[in-house]
Amino acid sequence: MTDKNKDLIDQKLQDLNNDGVDRRGFLKCMAWAGTGLVWTMSGGIPVSRAFAKGHGKDAGKGGDFSFVQISDSHIGFNKPANPDVTATLQTAITKINAMPHKPDFIIHTGDLSQLSKPSEFDTLDQVLKGVSAKQIYYVPGEHDMLSDNGEQFLQRYGKGTKGSGWYSFDQKGVHFVGLVNVANLKAGGMGSLGHEQLEWLEDDLKGRSASTPIVLFAHIPLWTIYPDWGWGTDDSEQALSYVKRFGSVTVLNGHIHQIMQKVEGKVSFHTAMSTAFPQPAPGTASSAGPMKVPADQLQRVLGITDVNYLVSGRSLAVVDSPLADSGSSVSGSGSGAGGR
Amino acid sequence: MKRNSVWVASFTASVIIAIVLLVAGSPSVTASEQPSAANAAVNIDNFVFGPQTITVPVGATVTWTNKDDIPHTSVSTEGVFKSKVLDTDEKFSYTFTKAGTYPYYCTIHPKMTGKVVVQ
Repeated sequence: MTDKNKDLIDQKLQDLNNDGVDRRGFLKCMAWAGTGLVWTMSGGIPVSRAFAKGHGKDAGKGGDFSFVQISDSHIGFNKPANPDVTATLQTAITKINAMPHKPDFIIHTGDLSQLSKPSEFDTLDQVLKGVSAKQIYYVPGEHDMLSDNGEQFLQRYGKGTKGSGWYSFDQKGVHFVGLVNVANLKAGGMGSLGHEQLEWLEDDLKGRSASTPIVLFAHIPLWTIYPDWGWGTDDSEQALSYVKRFGSVTVLNGHIHQIMQKVEGKVSFHTAMSTAFPQPAPGTASSAGPMKVPADQLQRVLGITDVNYLVSGRSLAVVDSPLADSGSSVSGSGSGAGGR
Repeated sequence: MKRNSVWVASFTASVIIAIVLLVAGSPSVTASEQPSAANAAVNIDNFVFGPQTITVPVGATVTWTNKDDIPHTSVSTEGVFKSKVLDTDEKFSYTFTKAGTYPYYCTIHPKMTGKVVVQ
C-alpha cells in the first residue's frame, strides 16, 4: 500500500464512531471487498463497518436484508466498447448468484435496452430468469423510452406504476420509491421528474415516520454531477426537499456508467457501474459516449452494487464490486495481508 | 507552331465550355454559400450536431446522418419534424418548404441542440 493511500484511509478513519473497528480491522474489510467501497450510512454519516463478518449467517434475522442494484445493461449495444453486452450481463448475474447471501430482490436502474426493441427486452428477460432473486424492480432509462414514449417498457415492466412508470413499495420497514426522470425531456435540459410525479411523491411520503429509511432510485442522477453532459435532474431539488425530514435517505442512480458518491446531510447519493460499458469521468473526454478500454480491463470497470440493510443502525451499506476482481489493485485493498 | 496553337485554342475552348456548364448546372451558386444548396448535411457525432446551425434556402432538404456509436434523434422543438431513433449510420431527411428558424434537439440526450435557418 502506498503512503498516499495510507494517508487517505487514516483521514477517513478520523471521524469514526467507536464501533469497534480499528484501522487493522478496516483494512481487512477493504481486502475482503476487493476494489469495492464499504460505506454504511447511519443517519447520513458514513461509518466503516466490518459487516462482512458473519453477515451471511445473520441476513434475514430481525429485519436485516439485502438487495442488488444493477444498471445500464444496454442489451442491443454491439460496438467496440463491448461487442457482447449480453455476456457481461450474464457475468453479473453469475456473480450475484455466487454471493454468500441471497439478495431479497434486484433493482435495475434503467437503460435495460439500447434501442427499446422487443428482442432486446426479451434477451434481458431471458438472462434475468437465471438470477437467484426472483423479484426485480425496474425504472426506465432514456434508451428504454424510444418506442412510443416508453409504452413497450410500461407494458413489460410497469404494472402497477403511475404516469411514466413511478411507484413505491416497502420492504421490512424501508420505503422504496422508483422515479422516472427520462420522460418528456426538454431541449437543452437534463433529467426531469415533472410536476405530476413530484406531486405524487410529496403525497406518497406524507405521514410516514421520519425514522423510516427511504431509498429513492431513478436512472439519471438526482444530483448535479456534470450539466454539460446532462448528468443531473433539473427538478430534483424539489424531490429532495420532500425527503429532507427523514433520518436516512439513500439515492441510487445509474446513467453515468461509473461510481460516484456524495453525502449531503442525511442523504447519501450513489451511482452504479454499468454491466455493459464504461463512460469517461466528467470532462475527461470530448463526450460522454462509450469508453473503450483494453479487453482484459473491461470486466474491472463493469459491476454490480450490493446494498445491505442492517436494522441495528437503520443503515444501508453500499458495496460496489466489479465483474472481475483485480488481483493487484492500487486502491488500498492490496494483497489481503491486512493492516500495515 | 500551328499544331500547338490549334491545340491550345481547343483546350481553352473546352475549359471555357466546362466552366459555363458548371455555372449553369448549379443554379444557386449566387444565392447562398452552400455549393449545392438543394441538399444540406448535418453529421451527428460525439453527442454534437455538426454544424450546430445550418442555413439553407427554401425548398432545401437537410439530411442528418448519425456517425456516433450511440443512437440519437433529431426532433423539432415546435413539432415541425421528428426523426425516428437513428442508430449508427442511419439517416433522416426533411425538406423545408417555409422560411424560418427551426430549433431542434435530440430527445434522448436533450443537451444536444441545433438549428436550421431557412431563408
